[in-house]
Amino acid sequence: MNNIVWADIGQACLDTLVMLGGSLVLTIALGLPLGVLLYLTGDGRLAQSRLANGVLGVVVNILRSIPFIILLIIMIPLTVLLVGTSLGVAGAIPPLVVGAAPFYARLVEGSLKEVDRTTIEAVQAMGATTWRIVTGALIPEALPGLIAGATVTAVALVSFTAMAGVVGAGGLGDLAIRFGYQRFQTDVMVVTVVLLVLLVQAIQFVGDRLVRHYTRR
Amino acid sequence: MIRLVDVEKHYAGTGGAALDGVSLEVARGEVFGVIGQSGAGKSTLIRLINALEHPTNGRVEVDGTDIASLAPTALRVLRRRIGMIFQNFGLLSSRTVAANIAFPLKLADVPGADRDAKVAALLDRVGLTDHADKYPAQLSGGQKQRVGIARALATDPDVLLCDEATSALDPETTRQVLGLLRDLNRDLGLTIVLITHEMDVVRAVCDRVAVLERGRIVETGTVEHIFANGRHAATRRMLQSLSHREREGAVRSTAEG
Repeated sequence: MNNIVWADIGQACLDTLVMLGGSLVLTIALGLPLGVLLYLTGDGRLAQSRLANGVLGVVVNILRSIPFIILLIIMIPLTVLLVGTSLGVAGAIPPLVVGAAPFYARLVEGSLKEVDRTTIEAVQAMGATTWRIVTGALIPEALPGLIAGATVTAVALVSFTAMAGVVGAGGLGDLAIRFGYQRFQTDVMVVTVVLLVLLVQAIQFVGDRLVRHYTRR
Repeated sequence: MIRLVDVEKHYAGTGGAALDGVSLEVARGEVFGVIGQSGAGKSTLIRLINALEHPTNGRVEVDGTDIASLAPTALRVLRRRIGMIFQNFGLLSSRTVAANIAFPLKLADVPGADRDAKVAALLDRVGLTDHADKYPAQLSGGQKQRVGIARALATDPDVLLCDEATSALDPETTRQVLGLLRDLNRDLGLTIVLITHEMDVVRAVCDRVAVLERGRIVETGTVEHIFANGRHAATRRMLQSLSHREREGAVRSTAEG
């Protein structure tokens, strides 16, 4: 364990957590409304619109098909515009969000489709506005699925943060690549990977607990 | 109270019409049944009355107003006067029994204290006071439908629409739920429109009945009249299935006895 500088590891942990937390919050903030729109504009739904659904679908699919490593690079001008830099933790967050939000939006759409149609119809028959149907019925009914989707997204973001090292983002993945891989410091590699495994385990554990807490079936 | 005039409903992509020139009138305070086999258009018909579906042609009037002419806000106000219950209940699984019943009151901006009093009265009315804090998944089918009824009555509607409301229930529970509907009709003067594929449901609660076959009403009349003089082949078929079931019932009770 000669090569390990624990201060660097600590900083990398912190960077990863900040990138993850920041990008997860923004991913949900963007992905949830996007997923709701995908659902609502779908065939036979409350705000059915072939055009809107088609446009949203194409945008989401394009963003989802760009490999994250490419997205990191082509986003640099936009990232600079948004946060003033393309480097460091701040520079990593915009591409992380743009990469993950469409993914989460599809998961949201899927969860909303699982909500019992009769329940939605019943709320509609009570004279609810579309807004109240979404906030009062659709989202609460789909909550376990929305949390499970956020958990999957958070895990995906952990691996995205590792790639964000390419734009000098820092974090555990960056450390693993620069020291563990490129300098053959196997001990650094092992420590960082173990920490990433623990992080993913922790995310999954918390996610599963929340899902169970909110499941009433 | 409710009037359908030459209503047609076509769905894009399907050849035939779901409803093909349906006219009917439901008087205030009566229990009106629409019976038909699956695919006859019953579900579409009942959904026209609260505009969950819109007619391709023809008019749907509630209290003389063509509901197609209503602005979205006016339509929402109208919907509060028309309660609805469903075969699969349509309860919010994420809310307790009390919160389910309170939900339409929240939508109508009824203040908290009035809401609680109303919910307590409704729970009492349907006999579920002890189950107020349970979630729907913890209830039996009959209890779920009672919650559905309480919720549908929360905004003091004039009309209750019942979409195969007892089809998922066993015979004894069906009898209880139908009895409750009968009581509500008598006590509150509630107009009830129900659709079903079961003649026993019609016989148990309806004043008048329309027989629907392939999107057309083939016969309408008082329940006594239809049971005694039903002429149309579709009516007779349904009456036969009833007597068949009654025979089955007799066999079963003999076997159990």
